[in-house]
Amino acid sequence: MSDISETKTDLTKQDFVSDQMVKWCAGCGAHSILSSLENVFPKIGVKKEDYVVVSGIGCSSRFPYYMNTYGIHGIHGRAAAIATGVKISNPKLSVWVATGDGDSMAIGGNHFIHILRRNLDIKIIMFNNKIYGLTKGQYSPTTPFGSITKSSPQGTIEEPFNPGELVIGSQGTFFARAIDNNPKLMTELMFAAAKHKGTALIEVLENCVIFNDKVHAVVSPKENKEDVQLILKHGEPMIFGKNRDKGLILKGTKLVVATLGQNGCTEKDILVHDENEPDPGIHLMLARIAPPYYPIALGVIRAAKYPTYEDLLLQQISNAKETSKYKCVDDLLNSGNTFEI
Amino acid sequence: MAREKKRIELEDVTVRFAGDSGDGMQLSGTLFSDTAALAGNDLFTFPDYPAEIRAPHNTIAGVSGFQVHLGKKQIFTSGDLADVLVAFNPAALKSNIKWTKLGGTIIVDADAFDEKAIEKAGYTSNPLKDKSLSDYNLIKAPIGTFTKESVAGLEIDIKSIGKSRNMFALGMLYFLFNRELKATEEYIEKKFKKSPVIVEANKRVLRAGFNYADTIEAISSTYLVPPAEMKKGKYRNITGNVATAWGFLAASERSGRELYLGSYPITPATEILQELTHYKEFSAKAFQAEDEIAGICSAIGASYTGSLAITTTSGPGLSLKSEAMGLAVMTELPIVIVDVQRSGPSTGVPTKSEQSDLLQALFGRNGECPLIVLAASTPANCFEYAYLACKLAMEHMTPVILLTDGYIANGAELWRIPKVSELPEIKPPLAKANDSNYKPYLRDEVKLNRQWALPGTEGLRHRVGGLEKENIYGNVCQEPMNHQLMCELRAEKVNRVANYIPDQQIIGEESGDLLVVSWGGTYGQVLTAVKEMQKQGKKVSLAHFNYISPLPKNTGQVLSKFKKIVVCELNLGQFIMYLRMMYPEYKYEQYNKIQGLPFMVSELTEKFKQLLEGK
Ligand code: SF4
Repeated sequence: MSDISETKTDLTKQDFVSDQMVKWCAGCGAHSILSSLENVFPKIGVKKEDYVVVSGIGCSSRFPYYMNTYGIHGIHGRAAAIATGVKISNPKLSVWVATGDGDSMAIGGNHFIHILRRNLDIKIIMFNNKIYGLTKGQYSPTTPFGSITKSSPQGTIEEPFNPGELVIGSQGTFFARAIDNNPKLMTELMFAAAKHKGTALIEVLENCVIFNDKVHAVVSPKENKEDVQLILKHGEPMIFGKNRDKGLILKGTKLVVATLGQNGCTEKDILVHDENEPDPGIHLMLARIAPPYYPIALGVIRAAKYPTYEDLLLQQISNAKETSKYKCVDDLLNSGNTFEI
Repeated sequence: MAREKKRIELEDVTVRFAGDSGDGMQLSGTLFSDTAALAGNDLFTFPDYPAEIRAPHNTIAGVSGFQVHLGKKQIFTSGDLADVLVAFNPAALKSNIKWTKLGGTIIVDADAFDEKAIEKAGYTSNPLKDKSLSDYNLIKAPIGTFTKESVAGLEIDIKSIGKSRNMFALGMLYFLFNRELKATEEYIEKKFKKSPVIVEANKRVLRAGFNYADTIEAISSTYLVPPAEMKKGKYRNITGNVATAWGFLAASERSGRELYLGSYPITPATEILQELTHYKEFSAKAFQAEDEIAGICSAIGASYTGSLAITTTSGPGLSLKSEAMGLAVMTELPIVIVDVQRSGPSTGVPTKSEQSDLLQALFGRNGECPLIVLAASTPANCFEYAYLACKLAMEHMTPVILLTDGYIANGAELWRIPKVSELPEIKPPLAKANDSNYKPYLRDEVKLNRQWALPGTEGLRHRVGGLEKENIYGNVCQEPMNHQLMCELRAEKVNRVANYIPDQQIIGEESGDLLVVSWGGTYGQVLTAVKEMQKQGKKVSLAHFNYISPLPKNTGQVLSKFKKIVVCELNLGQFIMYLRMMYPEYKYEQYNKIQGLPFMVSELTEKFKQLLEGK
């Protein structure tokens, strides 16, 4: 992320803290997401009145009330659609969506895939706690197979979505994964998302202390976290582990974990991360891997460069303005076949 | 040349074109209408598209029709039954004979009546040979043969020859109605500019049809429809859907708010979306959303951001938008929702018209959820009501539902072109940057609207949303008394719109034996029927409603002065239910039709007579 630099502004975190009481449960992962974003907003180089935060429904979606920006708390699943209207209406605004796994991938699944496909310059933070919090504990589209929840007393019989796969399958140009207990990484990723031209989705692995506590414990154990987390850096080899002695190599068509120094494996054999690669093959594999055989990939997995919807739209508008025979609506009303009576 | 034919003058005439989808019926009808308009007639046209896109050749399912009603008097409908039917094949004849007056003229392409086509249309014997059409003036023109003959010597393929058959029939009609060929010839020259041989062929065929009509015995007299007396000015032919789209463009220009449309294709509203994709020079942004819900939700986002935001749909789509309409009511943002009504419930009869979404428009949302409901009543005044819908939405900061229907959306009539600068002013209540008194739910004392504070404006950062808000300050608030207050304020804000709309007009005397009440797209038929009754000296008046919610303030007064009231609508009685709720002190009779078809003037006058006779 070397080409991304902070922009100096007079703004501070305090400019974005709202006067509303934050009503999430104590210990909820959402708190750290909020504070990370409040830290990032002053540094992006956008005026405070140019931010719009949009959400749908769910624990995550109270977000706009807690940020002192323009904001819309929408209806269930529709944040992406509302944000689309905001961005098209005024492309100069910096538009952020806060959403959850249910809000974006169950009730809002249609809007979710289409906003990615269109590549509007909108940033989406998906709080993935793999459960429905606000309705008190039903399974979500990311709940692991077999989980016992309020609405699956005998265990779920549905395969979950992996958000990264869905993003890439929807032609998404940016996908990053963060975890709520690593605010430093999360802040970096929010920053990277802000600088990406196009729809940027950050999946935040978020703990729900009430209904799905320790849901992400496997990928963030108290000790030796580094052994199960691969933190990706563009242009750097995919090395992880407490002793930085493990890495990913490509064997045939599969990723494999190799240990440096074993079987003649050197750093040169390890895959180097290229987040800008248009071909999503490796990105897709990185989005999928998880313990026990692999680490989980965190960081920017994909940041491919494609034109944005609004840039193409503005281009069409300026072309039309240059070539049109209509200067005003009166010209249109009087065009074509008319009859003088 | 045959002997000079008698000329008969007519007040008005209805001509219906019917043929296979590929026979060019819509074009023939349009050219015939344009020529009539140039000759000074008033007119109303209605296309009758088949539901299928390309149903098999020569089948009833594949018949496409076009009806034009023109006259020397003002024309308000596309005509009950046709005086002249042009049928290009047996299927067209079979499916359109019921729309033709007994004694009317039928022109058929006799060459298209081969055994196979006759059978495909479902006839058991050849209708041109049996006695089934003896009550009509049947003109069996060998159009196929003569078309071929008239292009002899030109280097032109069979397919193009077949395509120019419609010009032959058009030529015949021009003779029958004493019309000039000039406008159509000019059209042909322009349209086929790139292919001189096609121009020549079409012109020859047109002329051949004209001459043929002159020679045949079956046409013993011709007709003259003199020019109508119309207000001087520049006119054009316009469909309701195009007029709706243009009304939005005008409102955008006049209000200074860029147009945003978020819509999903649905019959019969799609054309508004398609039309608005063409005007990027006016910064109109038409967004084809992934579904109906995204259409309206994106419009809400655009409205919050300061666009004049619109979503267009038909009945099933309106159902899908219900929840989001509630969000627009709650956030008190201006959006216009157009419902081009079609037959329901569910998918219903999608290409046919109806007025059965009224109750859905008025009440189809959760919670106390008031908004403005308007209904356009003619193709041309869709422009006016689309414009007014925008004005009311923005000035009162509320969603507005504009109801039109398939009949006026696809129908076309002559429209006197207005000047945008002469349309009423639109003044959106924009909040000023750094206004220290700004509060999201602080209201105008008179209208009760809140202010419109646009993202990007300094000093006005605020949040809106679907959760109940504290009056004035706009914070999330679940206080019991605040909720009641907000519900009442939202209702009262919409009620007060009644102070900004015109009084309900009465056409005819202000009191009498019978008040006919109607609303929306039935205006033409009901007005024509009422005028007929009035001509006969009957004490019948008409109150046709365009403002549905709120109703005009004088509505009660209008209803109070008649011995009987009859409410006519194309549903099972929705407006009457609403009137009974709003004005329970009056007794209402009802007349309903729900066949996917407009009223016929004749059935209305029949009903009115019965009511006057006390039946
Ligand atoms: S229920 Fe779970 S997700 Fe919701 S606020 Fe509480 S801890 Fe967070």
